[in-house]
Amino acid sequence: MLKIRAGRHCGPEFAECLSLKRRIGSKPVMSILKPLLAALIGVTLTLASAAQAEDSPAPAAATADNNAAETPAEAPKDFAGLLAKLPDADYSEKRDLLEAMIALHHPNTRAVLTALLEEHLYSRDADSKIFIADEQADGLHLSDPLTMAPAGTVASDDGLTKIGTNNSLRKYLRGAVARFKLDDPSRKVRLDAVHEMLRDADDATIALLRERLGVEKDSGVRKEIEAGLALADLDSPDADTRLAAAQSLSGTLDGDAYNRLKTMITPAADGSYPETDARVRLAATTAVDHIQHWRSFYGAIETLFFGLSLGSVLVLAAIGLAITFGVMGVINMAHGELIMIGAYTAYVMQQLMPNHLAASILLSIPAAFVVSALVGIAIERSVVRFLYGRPLETLLATFGVSLILQQTVRSIFSPLNRSVASPDFLSGTLVINDALSITYNRLYIVLFTLIVFVILQLILKRTPLGLKVRAVSQNRAMARAMGIRSEWVDAITFGLGSGIAGVAGVALSQLTNVGPNLGQGYIIDSFMVVVFGGVGNLWGTLIGGMSLGVANKLLEPEVGAVTAKIIMLIFIILFIQRRKQGLFPQKGRAAEGH
Amino acid sequence: MDKSASGDKRVTEGGSITPVEAVVTPFRKESILLDAMRRDRGGQSLLGLLLLAAILVPLLNLVVPESSILHLSTYSVTLFGKYLCYALLAISVDLVWGYCGILSLGHTAFFSLGGYAIGMYLMRQIGTRGVYGDPILPDFMVFLNWKELPWFWHGMNLFPVAALMVVLVPGLLALVFGWLAFRSRVTGVYLSIMTQALTFALMLAFFRNEMGFGGNNGLTDFKELLGYDLQKPGMRVVLFLMTALFLALGYLGCRYIVASRFGRVVQAIRDAEGRARFIGYKVESYKLWIWVFSAMLAGIAGALYVPQIGIINPGEFAPINSIEVVIWVAVGGRGTLYGAVVGAVLVNYAKTYLTGALPEVWLYALGALFVFATLFLPQGVVGLMKRRGAKS
Amino acid sequence: MSATAATSGPIGLRIKPTGKRGSTNTPNPDLSHNIILYVEGITKSFDGFKALNDLSLYIETGELRCIIGPNGAGKTTMMDVITGKTRPDTGSVWFGQNIDLLGLTEPEIAQAGIGRKFQKPTVFGEHTVFENLELAMASDKSVWKVLFAKLTAAQRDRIHEVLGIIGLSEHLNAAAGALSHGQKQWLEIGMLMMQDPLVLLVDEPVAGMTPQETERTAELLISLEGKHSVVVVEHDMNFVRSIARKVTVLHEGHVLAEGSMDEVQNNPQVKTVYLGE
Repeated sequence: MLKIRAGRHCGPEFAECLSLKRRIGSKPVMSILKPLLAALIGVTLTLASAAQAEDSPAPAAATADNNAAETPAEAPKDFAGLLAKLPDADYSEKRDLLEAMIALHHPNTRAVLTALLEEHLYSRDADSKIFIADEQADGLHLSDPLTMAPAGTVASDDGLTKIGTNNSLRKYLRGAVARFKLDDPSRKVRLDAVHEMLRDADDATIALLRERLGVEKDSGVRKEIEAGLALADLDSPDADTRLAAAQSLSGTLDGDAYNRLKTMITPAADGSYPETDARVRLAATTAVDHIQHWRSFYGAIETLFFGLSLGSVLVLAAIGLAITFGVMGVINMAHGELIMIGAYTAYVMQQLMPNHLAASILLSIPAAFVVSALVGIAIERSVVRFLYGRPLETLLATFGVSLILQQTVRSIFSPLNRSVASPDFLSGTLVINDALSITYNRLYIVLFTLIVFVILQLILKRTPLGLKVRAVSQNRAMARAMGIRSEWVDAITFGLGSGIAGVAGVALSQLTNVGPNLGQGYIIDSFMVVVFGGVGNLWGTLIGGMSLGVANKLLEPEVGAVTAKIIMLIFIILFIQRRKQGLFPQKGRAAEGH
Repeated sequence: MDKSASGDKRVTEGGSITPVEAVVTPFRKESILLDAMRRDRGGQSLLGLLLLAAILVPLLNLVVPESSILHLSTYSVTLFGKYLCYALLAISVDLVWGYCGILSLGHTAFFSLGGYAIGMYLMRQIGTRGVYGDPILPDFMVFLNWKELPWFWHGMNLFPVAALMVVLVPGLLALVFGWLAFRSRVTGVYLSIMTQALTFALMLAFFRNEMGFGGNNGLTDFKELLGYDLQKPGMRVVLFLMTALFLALGYLGCRYIVASRFGRVVQAIRDAEGRARFIGYKVESYKLWIWVFSAMLAGIAGALYVPQIGIINPGEFAPINSIEVVIWVAVGGRGTLYGAVVGAVLVNYAKTYLTGALPEVWLYALGALFVFATLFLPQGVVGLMKRRGAKS
Repeated sequence: MSATAATSGPIGLRIKPTGKRGSTNTPNPDLSHNIILYVEGITKSFDGFKALNDLSLYIETGELRCIIGPNGAGKTTMMDVITGKTRPDTGSVWFGQNIDLLGLTEPEIAQAGIGRKFQKPTVFGEHTVFENLELAMASDKSVWKVLFAKLTAAQRDRIHEVLGIIGLSEHLNAAAGALSHGQKQWLEIGMLMMQDPLVLLVDEPVAGMTPQETERTAELLISLEGKHSVVVVEHDMNFVRSIARKVTVLHEGHVLAEGSMDEVQNNPQVKTVYLGE
């Protein structure tokens, strides 16, 4: 049916197409590209339809004028006229009108078709004028389809009649709108259109896509179309076509294609194959293997990425500890609670500025740093400093501090978990291809961790503070003799490690609920990461945390999350027995001594 | 002074001359303990108090009528029994921490394993009285649709097997862990954190239903022990007496160990590990031995605890519990043994009182206790009392 | 009476150096070539710094050897290597003809008969002086034996004897941690004597001692010579001169010179690197 119609109208389309080029080209608002493109598309569309219209009654190319004469005499040739006829036409007439309208290439055709498809096209009973209506809270905002100018607002659709559609018309409209979208200069719109068309492809859309393939310049869009067409070609009665399709599909990652190919080569109960041709089966098998290979490759990348994001969480939680424990040698069991305080800071910031989600999160980072750092300094000044050189006692005392902090938070905020909302830029998914998509919050946490790491490295390696910190950690007595106020350095270093814990808390608030026990869950992990990486070595913490994260995610599908965690714990316990200095031991004679 | 020729054979073995004077052996073996106990005032008081409790508790609970104000409720008997279990656990921690410098943050792992061992026995004793009435399978297995008893549940219906497991399982775990850790000279904080990771890993494992230990709910609904109904008041008193007995025996065992030359070696290792090595002591063996012994003691404490409390679940493995034990010891006074008992009873009494009266305050109090004890009470309560005594 | 007592000279010197020690499994060194300690081609680097550089040293049975050298010459590292604390990168250390020390752990080396006194006196501070000596005493140091060990009268006498030698008889019940620095040095030497080793490695024995104490230490070390092999590392040149028979000069992890004190002092190389400073 469609083919025939397309054939019948190919003449005027071609003629109009040329005139359109002039008309649109004269409009100053149009870019120079669009009319050119439109013209090109017009030409190819016409040619392609002509080529397909073999069964049309008249030879297409030669009969442009005749065809025009064949059209019903009453059919108006202008956009407004066609539009005016729409309300009273029956469904099949509507279709003819729409086809004619499309042939005119009026710039507003797309808007009209879309409105009709979405049932936003009305005719006013009073004067039979056609309007596109946009439903808003205060009523219907009308606009004139001829000029797209606003035409006032009405409270309700009283006095307006919706121009109806039926199923087949809607189907036609969808195709037509999709064709417009296929011509859209935006790559994304075109891709979406291709996806939409492929979702329920029929002969018409296939034809449309084939046409498009001839002119599409963007390789990504071409690839999508090719894949879609190949999938359709698998149903072709011609074995060679199927063969070519199966061969070309080996480059795709699409799940549908994979399933389709797989069914072709899966023998039925009687041993026969759905696909009769052996060559095609062979090609399909190759394609299936190929797809499988790539899907598992991307699966591995995804696992790796999940692992890195988990590792980032571990590193974030541990890196503050890498400073207090690793550099200063202080066992701070309240480290987890400093993370928790950071997370609560994010929560409070969000309560303070509920309407500025993104800003509140960004501001939480420095705020949490300051709050946790202050709490950390308070801990250092009031407890830890009396216990330097007595690590086991420090461990116990700071554990006591952690209990107090937990209970304080419980008293202030209630024992219930709080959730901190995520701003838009942290939600959503980055789709890389059919087999690989990455959520933004995971992506950002990896980036965030790296940023925090780099900043810390810079502080420790490039600033006078860092120099003093390293000096005190290596030889306290000598550092004091050189005039470094070691007490002050201790407090600041502890504050730095604690502040980083707070920053980690902000990041964690985006991944999990915030509760008084938040920190407790991370303390063992954090120590494991620091010890595994090698105490006193920030790089060790980074690489240790990341590799533990990846290993955990690799194990998870095999044995389940809990067992994976148990295995990791046992692994670290065993690892430390083998290399108690961790992955990256501190070198030198001093390290050898103990 | 006892004279026996055999006592000194050991030393003479290596000599090229067999000395005639070898008969001069100053002490009998057990006199180490007697000698130590003569000087151990704290231990004497502790044993005395335990004996007193062993007489008074049954009397006040079973003989004195309920109407009397002197009557001791069965609830209190169980509570006291619980404190004594904790005291035994605290002693086991003090033995390794106070005397050998190994700060274990995972001793409840051994405690819980001992508890689970006896819990398995108690589960098997339920028999057809369970909700599902399966003669072999405990309720939770029926619930999980298991058809067969897992291999490690076999034989646990026999008390001697279960009793053996109470010491064997914690002992084996400690042996493997300790062998790995001490051999590679993991010490101090690293060791502490690893013990914590160990109990954490065990907790996660026991939470899994697939482990076959009742998952989340653990083991509970026990009916009888060795044929005696656990709910009967008399039984509670018996369990209390057993706990007191084991605490006394545990105390004496530990006292012997720390008073022996072995104990002095262990303390020498605590103070100067390298030096001990250079005078020829295999530090790893010493640590391992005392570590395994301590773990077994903790297992016994757990086994005494479970029948009295009536439940064992994975929550017992929680690292915080282990750290709490350490604070009992710190509060009481480490490296004294009886201090651990004092600390365990004091802190747990405070806990019982505060969680009942002022639940909000308990964590503050416990937290403050950690800080306070480490900063101001390095010798614990008994150290404070000793100083008092010395002054007056 | 015990083996120790039976084989002891005035201050516990064994009559037959090849006698079985305690009841440990460690074999006794074969001293048939009269060399008790072979240190051959030892190299050890820390983070690129060569603390020992192809060091070779031979200690004769019963010899008293002094080792001198500027700071960082590798003296302490050498002792660490011999006693098993540090594993060298290359080289070998043999105790007699038959015992490869690099294959033994620290306690095994100690049990085999090599005792060590640290540069910084390390005694067990919480134990009494008596207990320190008791712990160091040569005996079976396996766990079970120690758990049930009792002091014999002979052992007790021996401890008192050593207490007398090191001049701490009056302090036998004092906590070792409460002793003065010099007393700790002496206690550690006493512990070394209780160990009854074949080889004594003594690191800076007179550091922090008064001249009188230094003199007594010199006498003590000289009295050990002959029955024990003694290796003394010391900075105090007067002390070295007072006891030395043979002196080895270490420089940058290597033996620079060896000979009598006079020979060494007149060695031009030694003068430039050490004595000339």
